[in-house]
Amino acid sequence: MAKIMMCGNEVIGEAAVHAGCTFYAGYPITPQNELTQYMASRMTESGGTFIQAESELAAINSVFGAAAAGARAMTSSSSPGISLKQEGISYLAACQLPAVIVNMMRGGPGLGNIAPSQADYFQATRGGGHGDYRTIVLAPSAVEEAWHLTHLAFDLADEYRNPVLILGDGILGQMMEPIEVVRKHLHGKIANHDMRHKPWALTGCKGRKPNVIRSLYLGEGELEELNRLLQMKYDRVKSKEVRFESLYTEDSDLVVVAYGTTSRIVRSAISKARQERLHVGMLRPVTLWPFPEAELQKLAKRAKAFLVVEMSAGQMVDDVKLSVLGKKPIHFYGRAGGGIPTEEAILDIIRDILRAKSRNKVRV
Amino acid sequence: MKKIFERPKSLRDVPTHYCAGCGHSLAHRLICEVIDELGIREDVIAVCPVGCAVIAYEYWDFDCSEAAHGRTPCVATGIKRIHPDKIVFSYQGDGDLAAIGTAEIIHTANRGENITVIFINNGVYGMTNGQMAPTTMIGQRTSTTPLGRDITRDGYPLKITELLAQLPGSRYVERVSVDTPANVIKAKAAIKKAFKNQIDKKGFSLVEVLSPCPTYWGLSPKDACMRISGEMTKEYPLGVIKDT
Ligand SMILES: Cc1ncc(C[n+]2csc(CCOP(=O)(O)OP(=O)(O)O)c2C)c(N)n1
Ligand code: SF4
Repeated sequence: MAKIMMCGNEVIGEAAVHAGCTFYAGYPITPQNELTQYMASRMTESGGTFIQAESELAAINSVFGAAAAGARAMTSSSSPGISLKQEGISYLAACQLPAVIVNMMRGGPGLGNIAPSQADYFQATRGGGHGDYRTIVLAPSAVEEAWHLTHLAFDLADEYRNPVLILGDGILGQMMEPIEVVRKHLHGKIANHDMRHKPWALTGCKGRKPNVIRSLYLGEGELEELNRLLQMKYDRVKSKEVRFESLYTEDSDLVVVAYGTTSRIVRSAISKARQERLHVGMLRPVTLWPFPEAELQKLAKRAKAFLVVEMSAGQMVDDVKLSVLGKKPIHFYGRAGGGIPTEEAILDIIRDILRAKSRNKVRV
Repeated sequence: MKKIFERPKSLRDVPTHYCAGCGHSLAHRLICEVIDELGIREDVIAVCPVGCAVIAYEYWDFDCSEAAHGRTPCVATGIKRIHPDKIVFSYQGDGDLAAIGTAEIIHTANRGENITVIFINNGVYGMTNGQMAPTTMIGQRTSTTPLGRDITRDGYPLKITELLAQLPGSRYVERVSVDTPANVIKAKAAIKKAFKNQIDKKGFSLVEVLSPCPTYWGLSPKDACMRISGEMTKEYPLGVIKDT
């Protein structure tokens, strides 16, 4: 099977079509424009709906409508645009509607720049919009993985009736990598996704009682009950959907925690460190929410220390701290504002920590 | 004895939360009568607004969705594109449609989205305590224009329907009122036409309904109706604004 070169943005688009996505609405923003453009042609040729919305608000809210109508629906954006989409994401979560939202993060805050970043971690994993809700967050680190996680995103969204975020960054979106799985599906028809298993969807009330999609609960205790049910659902997600990858963690004194693009730089730093016989490994969360807490707790029993590497000022550090619960020291190295951690810098820190030269310097 | 008046089938038999003399209840009823007469209840999907009509789905006996404030036309668009053969309508107040959702309604109309919009213009934000709306009349006192709407501070009443009529994507736009029995009959005919247009796949139709809010106009239901014919229709003349 021949391999094809595609960029991350396009692969997510193609995977969405293959997963049965029939509705896409978006608003251009760099570095995710290839995805919007890809969906424009693919939705048109395969009979789905593509809308270039007038804003991110319009995009996410028409995704809300399409999801309420029973379709597999998706939107994508990058950081400033995702901030606007938070209104809709909160409503989707409250109304328990399945939708897939892609964020190819860029440097912030504010308009920032268009360089890659991981500084929307808090926003993605804590809910982001108003109210007590969670979104499932998947973080691909390679183009081929983006293909698989996009399929998974639609399946999880439907299974839990919950918005699912695909959290990438400008590098993943723009980077071209060979991918095998796509060829046989490329330009195929939209998968025939069966709407009949969505008895709650708005399809016209023929032969049944009317369906109502809502998040307003004014009766005494009603909203509290909804919140209770939502939290129970999130607990179910937490117990069943944690995904991660471990590298050399069985024998590592130092475990580096990194996700997405950063994990690839960490991976090469680690292979160099291993050549120097340094006992270092990596834990790469694939789901950022739910976070692989239990795995980190397990690792905390044998590892001597942890190092978190991110393209942010240290957002995932909070989750690592909560998992390790003060049992082992946690170090952090990050670049914010579009800076990219280099292999050399990571390697230096790994050496420093393992040779105990400057533990206090890098400790957080 | 022959029954000559009854509750429309699409309207649930439940107590109302609307104030006495509120135009929302009349508009709800007219929509249900039209839906019954067109025999489309099982094909209708409504999008309810944020505002006094936020729980319209408690009254309407067909599929309904909520929408975030002002995003009503986007939700309607999403539904309609997935079910092009269903009858999708949005119901919006002037705060919803002419303030926070101005961009959304303009672009939905401009896309010529084949939906029906019922736009309730009562010139105030009813639900949040009668603040100024974009449609509030010059000089009108509201909770945020305590001395009356002042154009130097608050700008002019927004004739959003006339504005929408300018767009090539909008097909049929009419302003009606529910202040007198004769106008109620005309309002129903307009609503029916707006639904029929959608059934005939003619594109975007909007009916603006001048609607009394006795509570925040500080008037009795009767005086509120008289204010529509006396004052409000001067700024917002009734009739077909566009029909192509
Ligand atoms: C994003 C957001 N902003 C503000 C509100 C508060 N709010 C609820 S209803 C409303 C105004 C409604 O006015 P209108 O659309 O004219 O409807 P009416 O109540 O007069 O029928 C506002 C501002 C909200 N729910 N959401
Ligand atoms: S406040 Fe005004 S719009 Fe709201 S229900 Fe009462 S009369 Fe109707």
